[in-house]
Amino acid sequence: MEEIILNKLSYPILSLIVFLPVLGALLIMFLKKARHIRWATLFVTIAAFIAALPLWSHFDKTTYKMQFVELYHWIPSMGINYFIGIDGISVLFIFLTLLLGVLSVLVSFRSIETKVKEFHMSILVMETAILGVFVSLDFLLFYIFWETMLIPMFLLIGVWGGSNRVYAAIKFFLYTLVGSLLMLVGIVVAYFYGGQTLNILALSSVQYPLHIQVWLFMAFFAAFAVKVPMFPVHTWLPDAHTEAPTAGSVILAGVLIKMGAYGFLRFSMPMFPDATVLFAWPILILSIIAIIYGAVICLAQKDFKRLIAYSSVSHMGFVTLGLFALNSQGLEGGILQMVNHGIITGALFLMVGIIYERTHTRVIADYGGIAHAVPWYAGIFMIFTLASIGLPGTNGFIGEFLIILGAFKAHMIIGVLSALGIIIGAAYMLRLYQQVFFEKLNSSYENHPLPDLNLREVITLLPLIVLVFWIGFYPETFLSYMHLSVENLIQQVNAGSGGRHLLAEYIKIFRGAF
Amino acid sequence: MVNLYNIRLLSPEIILVMVALMLLLLDLMVRRKEIIAYAGLAGVFISAYVNFRLVALGWSDTSLVGMFMFDGYANFFKLIFYINLALTILISLRYTVIERGALGAYYSLLFFATAGMMLMAGATDLITLYMGLELMALSTYVLAGIIRKELRSSEAAIKYFFLGAFSSAILLYGISLSYGLTGSTNLKEIAAALYKLNLIDNPITVLGLIFFIVAFGFKIALVPFHMWAPDVYEGAPTPVTAFMSIGPKAAGFAVMGRVLFEAFGSLQAEWSYILMVLAVLTMATGSIIALAQTNIKRMLAYSSIAHAGYALLGIIAGTDGGLSSMMNYMFIYIFMNIGAFAIVIMLRSEGVKGENLEDYAGLAKSHPVTSALMLVFMFSLAGIPPTAGFIAKFYVFVEAVRADNVTLVVIAVLFSMVSAFFYLRVVVYMYMKEPKEEAVVTTSVPMSIALAITTVMILFIGVYPFYLLSFVKQSILG
Repeated sequence: MEEIILNKLSYPILSLIVFLPVLGALLIMFLKKARHIRWATLFVTIAAFIAALPLWSHFDKTTYKMQFVELYHWIPSMGINYFIGIDGISVLFIFLTLLLGVLSVLVSFRSIETKVKEFHMSILVMETAILGVFVSLDFLLFYIFWETMLIPMFLLIGVWGGSNRVYAAIKFFLYTLVGSLLMLVGIVVAYFYGGQTLNILALSSVQYPLHIQVWLFMAFFAAFAVKVPMFPVHTWLPDAHTEAPTAGSVILAGVLIKMGAYGFLRFSMPMFPDATVLFAWPILILSIIAIIYGAVICLAQKDFKRLIAYSSVSHMGFVTLGLFALNSQGLEGGILQMVNHGIITGALFLMVGIIYERTHTRVIADYGGIAHAVPWYAGIFMIFTLASIGLPGTNGFIGEFLIILGAFKAHMIIGVLSALGIIIGAAYMLRLYQQVFFEKLNSSYENHPLPDLNLREVITLLPLIVLVFWIGFYPETFLSYMHLSVENLIQQVNAGSGGRHLLAEYIKIFRGAF
Repeated sequence: MVNLYNIRLLSPEIILVMVALMLLLLDLMVRRKEIIAYAGLAGVFISAYVNFRLVALGWSDTSLVGMFMFDGYANFFKLIFYINLALTILISLRYTVIERGALGAYYSLLFFATAGMMLMAGATDLITLYMGLELMALSTYVLAGIIRKELRSSEAAIKYFFLGAFSSAILLYGISLSYGLTGSTNLKEIAAALYKLNLIDNPITVLGLIFFIVAFGFKIALVPFHMWAPDVYEGAPTPVTAFMSIGPKAAGFAVMGRVLFEAFGSLQAEWSYILMVLAVLTMATGSIIALAQTNIKRMLAYSSIAHAGYALLGIIAGTDGGLSSMMNYMFIYIFMNIGAFAIVIMLRSEGVKGENLEDYAGLAKSHPVTSALMLVFMFSLAGIPPTAGFIAKFYVFVEAVRADNVTLVVIAVLFSMVSAFFYLRVVVYMYMKEPKEEAVVTTSVPMSIALAITTVMILFIGVYPFYLLSFVKQSILG
């Protein structure tokens, strides 16, 4: 196999990062005091982050090949291996996951009072599962991580969530499960078409017949579209995000829903290039619907958290739009926007969590004029608001700009409609900001002074602020990792026999319809 | 010629029966009743040791004039029965103290039933098969009703007995039909006669086949022959339910596999079609009706019906791989089911039944470890990785797709989505509801051992299924 570069470091770095959190979870099982558990968890997440730093410095940007690869036999009788590695796309998500892992522990220091041990174990197991998804190069391994993640998330939402948590948790679990199970059937079918291997790289180079591609694409689509989530299977997201505890929302919005888009990138596109081209247009249209529909719904939200949840639907619409524009701008923009969305929405959920701890209300109308009471909070919230809108100089701008560029290249109308989403985005975010921070100070805060951010909270938010501006001013640091991987991906999609031809046919049919 | 030398291949079964008789006597002699259980455990290990010593010596032959086969297939199922028996004894210890039944009879019946199952697994002749089946069935009828004071238990026993007698009659009818046609009760000879006498297209052959499927379908609780299962599972003492939900089911699968593959291999198109319909019905009924249950034993009964449907996919595939995926499923099924029932037993204490979902409300608050274990069992039964339940389903699905049954697999995954809901509900009750009253959990050392074994096996097989899968592959029908 010439597609991989084996791990050259003297220790299995990827395995270490992936399994460090779960080992930490085993460790804290034996701790008794809540204080110790909190600090131990924080320590484990930070240790995992530090352990991952060599990935950043030793990463070879001059190749699209899989790096830091580890390959061991796992179930040889079925041709299944323990096969992990990263490329320029996954490395970004590794760091995003590790960072948000630390932050979600930090933000929960005060807010989690019951079942502290179970909470932190869930967070750590979840971190392992998510990291595992991003490094897996074997389908069974991937699937195991992908599904394992459901268990801790189910508990996070259901045990520590808001008032309607049980409903939200079950809805989340079943929605995701039905998609994943259909993907499992797809994986098994691909296993036989690809010569009884579950090696993702090998399966990507197999030429599947078109009708098989279409079926498999749909099976995988079921899993990934639910996870992203794309319209019309997005309805679990507002409930899950709203009811989850802050840490859960941050992980959900920050990395978990990225797994769906990552699935499209890693599996659907290289494995089924013809079907990708065939389905690109329907997906673009669904993305446009998600962008505009999600944004319009935000305008009507009365719940702080729910508004941000719906804005995720809109923003993830941008991501899928960029990906399925199938050109380098769109793809890079889409990937960058995945990272951006993780940072911005993660930060917004953190902010909501921080203020909720003080006020115990999520209703927007209960706030008002609090900028006087909490100036620091208001200032930082403004940064993330503007980043979410996509103001130049923030990371949101770079991502959305690239995506719209890609969208225009795919088709002008798509480009125009997606830009419309940004305008509505500005409307709801600014409206939210105005209602919460400006206007007359809500009478309920006159007697109970609202404390401003404390040091722990500032430390939690600081890395995200830095990233907002770093990506905003110099995105090349991050884009440079993915250039070659994206190029390789586009080549793989185009190499699909007759892909372009099909597209032309398809566009003809499509244009005829207008 | 009659080769009595090979009778030694039956020594594991003979030992089990001897232990069973000894336990009956022991009941009269000892005062501390736990000793019976420990003596029984020792008996299990001796029999298992003899059995696998014979395997290690390379024995693989027929015994009883070709009516009994000592091969990898039988030995794999025997391992299942040994584990099932040992775990059942471990989880019974506490329960039998609470219920105060006829202890010697209880344990010795477990042994008789297991001996019957082992006879079934090795049966290569319809006569031995029937003997094994009756030995197993009669013992389990009594076991189901062993608590005479309780009406539920007696009702379960009567119900089980009547429906079981029906199914035995149907099996005998099937045996007589195939004997009438082929002139033999030996599975291999039946297969040969079907070819030689050109009986493959004969409607009577198909009728006989259907009788066999109905009779075995009764033992493994396939829909529509499942009616007994929920009532019997609910009424029987919980350790017996755990025992019954695995042993007779695995034994039923064992004989079904052997009879269908060895005797009726030429009619594979017919039986796999019939089983396909039954599998879909079974998965659907099991998963959907379980949604409505509030009694956890009843819910597990329906869940075990649904699981039979998934395991059936392996037989339907009609290949060696398919058969081994079914065996793999049965093996993994022991641990998750015994584990779940063990927790149900732990919640059973004086005065509290511990069988309603309500009894599980808020359990995680007062008993975090018990709840965490139940969580593992529930997610394993639902087939969520990294538990063994996922590996079981995955392997069955792989083999079913290999045999081109993709539609069936899609149906199976959709129903396993449905079934995820009721397993989740147990977790919801434990972790996300407030307790009404403080739950009382009684535990004991043997119970903890059983729980430790089941949990470790579930997680180990879930993460590293290599050993099990290669063991299963070696154990296919010769």
